[in-house]
Amino acid sequence: MKVKGTAIKYGDNIDTDVIIPARYLNTSEPAELAQHCMEDIDLDFRNKVRPGDIMVGGDNFGCGSSREHAPIAIKASGISLVIAKSFARIFYRNSINIGLAIVECPEAAQAIENGHTVSADLDTGLITDETTGKAFRAEPFPPFIQEIISAGGLVEAAKKGIIR
Amino acid sequence: MAMTASQKILAWHAGLDHVEPGQLVLCRLDRVLGNDITSPVAIREFRKMGVKEVFDKDKVTMVMDHFAPNKDIKAAAQCQTCRNFAGEQDLSGFYDVGRMGIEHALLPEQGLAVTGDLIIGADSHTCTYGALGAFSTGVGSTDMAFGMATGKAWFKVPSAIRFVLRGRMPKYVSGKDLILHIIGMIGVDGALYRSMEFTGDGVASLSIEDRLTVCNMAIEAGAKNGIFEADQVTLAYEKGRALHDPMVFRADPDAKYDEVYEIDLGSLRPTVAFPHLPENTRTIDQVGNVPIDQVVIGSCTNGLYKDIKEAADIIRGRKAAKNVRVIVIPATPSIYLRCVEEGLVKDFIQAGCIVSTPTCGPCLGGYMGVLAAGERAVSTTNRNFVGRMGHTASEVYLASPAVAAASAILGRIAGPEEVLS
Repeated sequence: MKVKGTAIKYGDNIDTDVIIPARYLNTSEPAELAQHCMEDIDLDFRNKVRPGDIMVGGDNFGCGSSREHAPIAIKASGISLVIAKSFARIFYRNSINIGLAIVECPEAAQAIENGHTVSADLDTGLITDETTGKAFRAEPFPPFIQEIISAGGLVEAAKKGIIR
Repeated sequence: MAMTASQKILAWHAGLDHVEPGQLVLCRLDRVLGNDITSPVAIREFRKMGVKEVFDKDKVTMVMDHFAPNKDIKAAAQCQTCRNFAGEQDLSGFYDVGRMGIEHALLPEQGLAVTGDLIIGADSHTCTYGALGAFSTGVGSTDMAFGMATGKAWFKVPSAIRFVLRGRMPKYVSGKDLILHIIGMIGVDGALYRSMEFTGDGVASLSIEDRLTVCNMAIEAGAKNGIFEADQVTLAYEKGRALHDPMVFRADPDAKYDEVYEIDLGSLRPTVAFPHLPENTRTIDQVGNVPIDQVVIGSCTNGLYKDIKEAADIIRGRKAAKNVRVIVIPATPSIYLRCVEEGLVKDFIQAGCIVSTPTCGPCLGGYMGVLAAGERAVSTTNRNFVGRMGHTASEVYLASPAVAAASAILGRIAGPEEVLS
């Protein structure tokens, strides 16, 4: 799968409380959650995000609560990929399970600037900052995880009998 | 090759003799947990899987604790979704208002989390039960759905960091100070993807409550789980309450650890985490003058009887400072009842505090004590992220029940020694 979009960049330790504040957790509707995505650190996110845009974060992206509403809100905002230096483990798991593309690549997360055009090939792990022309290589997922992702998430993988 | 305690529990539940760090394993689960926020999403995903029944109606537990008693109509609808599902599936462990407590206080108390168990919960603080020598970890709603349907979950076997505890904690220092000290030392991603294993001769002096608090906040260092090896203290606590016989897994003496830290418990001081990360710690001696507007004593981190009692012992016979709202939340109905019977509720009310029914409420800015812009709270909860307890321009300072109680009296962040001297 190939994705391309404008980078929207944030810092280290972006927690699930700022990705989707708990005061909106009285719903689990993706479109409704997207309306409030990132608003506690970036009120403008909702207006500037375009379908296909790529979110870039620092270390420990998605730390905090286990709310799956966080990757759901990001995905429903139109974000096609999150690149970070590292991810908090529950967020990492949840993203795989719901089919939000994520990739851990410290070099790319460091070098890519806000507003740059970025493309990525998720099968090969090649990330390109098209604004600067720099290319980065990310670790591909282990085969077991690849199978969950290509099935379309954990629920689909279970339905297809890939894991039982 | 030698294994850590966490690796042994995963190997046992995967039906393997041995596992290696990094290995992906599919494990049998002893319990699958969800709350009123995460379960509705899990129920939706469960339906999509086309499965009719949960794998075991006695091993799926749902606790209505976050926004219950319902804070608004949407929250009521979420609880209703859970209630209907629990009725349809005949779940024995559905905890609604009247029976419910804060999930991670309730499960150990009711004997639903037992030494040697493998438990997943769609709540990040599920790591709490490591205090009993279980492997428990937080997951999302889709993992919960898969767990409800199959009784299984996939895990990447973690490597571990070992914390060797020596000596004994001084008076007015508790498990909260220990875990805040550790997070301050290793950072909020210091244990990312890994286990935190607590050992050493100092463990014997830690109460179950202290251990529960320590493991509860393992996630705040990014850990997959925190775990204490079960000992006499654990087995005495579980006697008469555990749902089945405990199974003790001990780390091999030559198990490999990524890092080893030695901590002298006797050197710990009351510790406070400043906004907006749990790693921003200072000892009480370095706090300075920080006036406060609110104090919260409760949560899955510090809402146990010992926590409430420690706070009551400081507050009794004194008055909460003018203009400070003090909210006390015993974590389960039985803790609440004990606080009533022993007169602690009276102590709090006479001091100008309020005592709430069990709920997560203010910890995550839900209700029962949400902060306005510019307000500051000292809280015994677990997170102090931007906007965690209300407005993005409010501040949360994490501390122990003793520090929270002393701060309530003095109207600024203060240690118990200052009030009691």
